[in-house]
Amino acid sequence: MPRTSRHARDVAVVAFAQSDHLRRTDELSEVEMVMPVLHQVLAQTGLKAGEIGFTCSGSSDYLAGRAFSFTMTLDGVGAWPPISESHVEMDGAWALYEAWVKIQTGEADTALVYSYGKSSPGPVRDVLTRQLDPYYLAPLWPDSVALAALQAQALIDAGETDEAALAAIGARSRACAESNPHAQLSGAVPQGDYQVRPLRTGDCPPIGDGAAAVILAAGDTARRLCARPAWITGIDHRIEAHSLGLRDLTDSPSTRLAAERAGVFDAPVDTAELHAPFSSQEVVLRKALGIGAGDVEGQAVAVNPSGGPLAANPIMAAGLIRIGEAAARIHRGQSDRAVAHATSGPCLQQNLVAVLEGDPA
Amino acid sequence: MSTSGKEPVAVVGIGQTKHVAARHDVSIAGLVREAAARALADAELTWADIDAVVIGKAPDFFEGVMMPELYLADALGAAGKPMLRVHTAGSVGGSTALVAANLVAGRVHRTVLTLAFEKQSESNAMWGLSLPVPFQQPLLAGAGGFFAPHVRAYMRRTGAPDAVGSLVAYKDRRNALKNPYAHLHEHDITLEKVQASPMLWDPIRYSETCPSSDGACAMILTDRKGAGRSPRPAAWVHGGAMRSEPTLFAGKDFVSPQAGKDCAADVYRQAGITDPRQEIDAVEMYVPFSWYEPMWLENLGFAEEGEGWKLTEAGVTELDGDLPVNPSGGVLSTNPIGASGMIRFAEAALQVRGQAGEHQVPGARRAMGHAYGGGAQFFAMWLVGAEPPAS
Repeated sequence: MPRTSRHARDVAVVAFAQSDHLRRTDELSEVEMVMPVLHQVLAQTGLKAGEIGFTCSGSSDYLAGRAFSFTMTLDGVGAWPPISESHVEMDGAWALYEAWVKIQTGEADTALVYSYGKSSPGPVRDVLTRQLDPYYLAPLWPDSVALAALQAQALIDAGETDEAALAAIGARSRACAESNPHAQLSGAVPQGDYQVRPLRTGDCPPIGDGAAAVILAAGDTARRLCARPAWITGIDHRIEAHSLGLRDLTDSPSTRLAAERAGVFDAPVDTAELHAPFSSQEVVLRKALGIGAGDVEGQAVAVNPSGGPLAANPIMAAGLIRIGEAAARIHRGQSDRAVAHATSGPCLQQNLVAVLEGDPA
Repeated sequence: MSTSGKEPVAVVGIGQTKHVAARHDVSIAGLVREAAARALADAELTWADIDAVVIGKAPDFFEGVMMPELYLADALGAAGKPMLRVHTAGSVGGSTALVAANLVAGRVHRTVLTLAFEKQSESNAMWGLSLPVPFQQPLLAGAGGFFAPHVRAYMRRTGAPDAVGSLVAYKDRRNALKNPYAHLHEHDITLEKVQASPMLWDPIRYSETCPSSDGACAMILTDRKGAGRSPRPAAWVHGGAMRSEPTLFAGKDFVSPQAGKDCAADVYRQAGITDPRQEIDAVEMYVPFSWYEPMWLENLGFAEEGEGWKLTEAGVTELDGDLPVNPSGGVLSTNPIGASGMIRFAEAALQVRGQAGEHQVPGARRAMGHAYGGGAQFFAMWLVGAEPPAS
């Protein structure tokens, strides 16, 4: 039994699967990309799609280039007889949150959560400008790397980091990714040229396609389906003002507040899977979560042992993958208390934080 | 840490914009804030009383803004709060309200603002639905082309006379005259005018088709304690459900999809309804093309299979009939797509609060809100009552 659950029902991640993340998947439709992942995650629990209490997905019509794109992947789920199902036009981490809420109501005991994104068909830096204020900002087409560079420069100007420290974050992430067969980039990746000063290629995430899926279960069902469930003892998400001029880009108060609400600071964590697409954003998130350059309260914290988004950043799935990777470490006995984080919007505008715990040995 | 069932959910505030073809006077942010501010005023609450925001709309292509919740966080007072964005095609307004209700029912938050919108004048919804993708079924240049064959199938299957569709349109457009927020106010409407309107997608005529609207709808949902402080009567959620099925497969019944039947059955089970025709006083039904009224009457269990059109023909669904359907004028009179489902849910709540004004069904105690979307594959429904649910 997890020690610090803050909600009525104990809910755990009991299975996680992800695709190999690739620069291009021209030969695969989104359905073909998602289907193997769904089969894998269901196989881990022995459940069939029709036995799942609630299904929720996250994806983006803008990446797919067509309206109602999620209807196609629903066909892939095999929603027959009809299922209790919903969809968020957000990263799959928020789909997981909706599913967790559904289980809290008692209307479901299990949930299938999946998300996917193909960035390869379009210029993703241009595409992401369309999520900015449509009247005043989007017409200027400021791209995601340029906005992240503003944030990175603000951090350097504030004395919070420097280019060498940022390079080390990229190098550490890709070294960790050597043990992750799904990662898109791993090993000694050159820091490269400036993309937008002060960010070099190695400070930026690879652009890629990928999918992920998680199964949630409550209480005894979780214990039946998984030898060591990863209990979600707290989960919360917060958004900030959209305009970058209204925010201190060197800090992330929404992450800190979500972390407080999720109980991150109640006890030390040993693992942190952070959705920081840019090396500089890891600096911001570490500060908000109280994770120093290697430890918290004297205890070592493994930050992005999967390689994190600098090794694979399939848009719409990368946040769900952070929760899945943290849970998988608990399943394997490599972690007892982990924090997982997901983000959305320019310069960490919206942030979700979950605490995952394994039963004591 | 109570584990004793769900928290009862109450609707204590409702706000809509006046729906029109084009709101050139406001931005998207201005539009949603107008509806939200009206919902807060109705509940006599302030932005500070809101714990979380759940927002819904149909495809981002309709306005050309990707993930508009990011840009709208400021306008909806969401900074520092949780904000979720739901998208389940045409059913999204209903699904969004249900996700918000679950936050209260699961005791995750106590007071939640939920809102759905569409500002169709910013772009072109028909072409937003018609982006060609190789090897995939497009929605055939707008929704009418997709649904017309299914209407024809219903007519053939049931032997319904041709005139039924125009009866629905004539009724809904007259009801809309009593609803100050409705988009179409056709003061000179006659049955003959509906029947003489051009054929768009045979058998669907121009006047049997929904308009394209700019509009937003917001609701404040709260727990039992919050309802106790409400200055006006609350509408209580007695049941809510979502069901989905695939778009296309052999054996799919487009006339009466199984997901719709299952969704209604789940709602009735939660609400303790055994005879919906007798026990429900008003229905706000998602009818974008007039023939969907008789079709959904059967799908939702208000009529036996093949008998729905007889209720319409007999005037049962008129505002002064035995089972009023769409007293607000419905989707046929107002269709800001992403908001349309939430408007159905909100209008059902207005009925049981006794606050529907000129289109009030006298003495309505239980009302149903219904939404559907995609290729008639996504369903969201709730049943609200004037009394709290028995615990």
